[in-house]
Amino acid sequence: MAIIEVENLVKRYGDHTAVDGVGFAVEQGEIFGILGPNGAGKTTTVECVEGLRTPDGGTIRVCGIDPQHDTGELRQLLGAQLQESDLPDKLKVGEALELYSSFYREPADWRDLVDILRLTGKLDTQFRRLSGGQKQRLSIALALVGNPRVAVLDELTTGLDPQARRDTWDLIEDIRERGVTILLVTHFMAEAERLCDRLAVIDSGRLVALDTPAGLVARVDDRQRVRFRPSAPLDHAVLTALPEVTSVERAGSQLVVTGTGNLLLAVTTVLARQQVVAADLRVEQTSLDDAFVALTGRPIDA
Amino acid sequence: MSALSRLTAIETRLFFREPMVVFFTVAFPPILLVILGAIPAFRRPDETLGGLRVIDLYAPIVVAMGLALFALNGLSQILAAYRERGVLRRMRTTPVRPGLMLGAQLLMSTILSVGTMLVVLAIGRLAFDVRLPRQLPAYLLGYVLAALAMFAIGLLVASLAPTGKSAGAIGTLLFFPTVFLAGLWVPRASMNDVLRTISDLSPLGAGVQSLQDATAGHWPQLLHVAVMLGWTIVAGGLAARYFRWE
Repeated sequence: MAIIEVENLVKRYGDHTAVDGVGFAVEQGEIFGILGPNGAGKTTTVECVEGLRTPDGGTIRVCGIDPQHDTGELRQLLGAQLQESDLPDKLKVGEALELYSSFYREPADWRDLVDILRLTGKLDTQFRRLSGGQKQRLSIALALVGNPRVAVLDELTTGLDPQARRDTWDLIEDIRERGVTILLVTHFMAEAERLCDRLAVIDSGRLVALDTPAGLVARVDDRQRVRFRPSAPLDHAVLTALPEVTSVERAGSQLVVTGTGNLLLAVTTVLARQQVVAADLRVEQTSLDDAFVALTGRPIDA
Repeated sequence: MSALSRLTAIETRLFFREPMVVFFTVAFPPILLVILGAIPAFRRPDETLGGLRVIDLYAPIVVAMGLALFALNGLSQILAAYRERGVLRRMRTTPVRPGLMLGAQLLMSTILSVGTMLVVLAIGRLAFDVRLPRQLPAYLLGYVLAALAMFAIGLLVASLAPTGKSAGAIGTLLFFPTVFLAGLWVPRASMNDVLRTISDLSPLGAGVQSLQDATAGHWPQLLHVAVMLGWTIVAGGLAARYFRWE
């Protein structure tokens, strides 16, 4: 059974319909991404899931709970990391974790979280003295301190430097290993591609597509290109004979083989049989960026 | 330990990490009383004040000023800043309601301002021979009513101000007329009739007179009780109407 179910969600602000009939189901243990440009309705969608906003239509269930009606129980099961949500400047890391863990029925051991989120040695540091990455990690720790079954992470790595971003990605995978289902809001393609098992692409309040990252790419264009420099002359016919190959072209000293399916394996097997070595071998695929443009008609950061 | 007492303890710790705020809210009233008491003329009985000394009049004024400082400079600013920075919003995602923060701030303000009151009364009694309240229950009643009215006004400021800084500015703007009408510059006994009537209708004018009456052994006048309750209901009702968690 799905741990989060959203059906036909509608949320309006005055005349503006921010979320228009969005629906998806998140399975237990998944990292489920909500991807879309700024203002697409991603945050509004998850805020309805978190019970922070009242939907104008549709149904939501989190672990079978209606966030509108059993908010108290939802808070025990769902941890949320929000955009733009600070702590008091002079609150120390240890004090924040101890305080927030006291709010829950069965809290996690916050000392464990400190180790996992690499905040050891920062317990006596005031919030205002933390770096951006440390603040973000503390925010994740606070979302997890109640031992939730679901964690909603909204634009987690926005504003972090590339290294801190990669560290945070590793961390999210660790958290999933602990059995927490993760609903991740992002507008970074690389983040979605790296972390998410499945993605809901939202644009202008509507669900545009829902699939695995690879599935989204394949849906748009499942062609791949293998590009290499053969060590010895090669008869194109041995390649075009393969069912995976659709065309073979010569580009200078390189061969460009276009095709579908397990193209790389098929090509390299033939090359090995022909005792030809492929130098400078590269595989080019349609990226999630390309898929996004194809699905929404514009690049994500436009 | 309950979530409320835990949060109150943490918020109090945070409060004491701001030395300037501590000085102006907790330390300033007693210091002001000592400065006023150091003026010899203020320690001599005055026929025009019915035989009381100026320092006798100032003890309740300083106590009331302590309330105004907490309500208008502490409470309103902290809550507005917490809303502005998403502290209350984050609290909404946990099993405790953000109302807990409101409760913790009110509890902290009450405890600390009662502490200030006790220090002012002790200094007045020990250093300047200011009489302790003869009618203690009446004194506490007057104090609680004045505190309710002022905290309600503080919450209203927190409800209407978009940011912590603007709450600070509005609070300061309200602070001066409030303590003026409480008699900080001209004690109520020396005000002319028009001014005293306005003072009667102000939260701390009514508060100071109630404390003064209780010190002399009387219960607060009905007018002053009604005025303080009125401010509590109107300001508190508007605050409840307009308060936003985010």
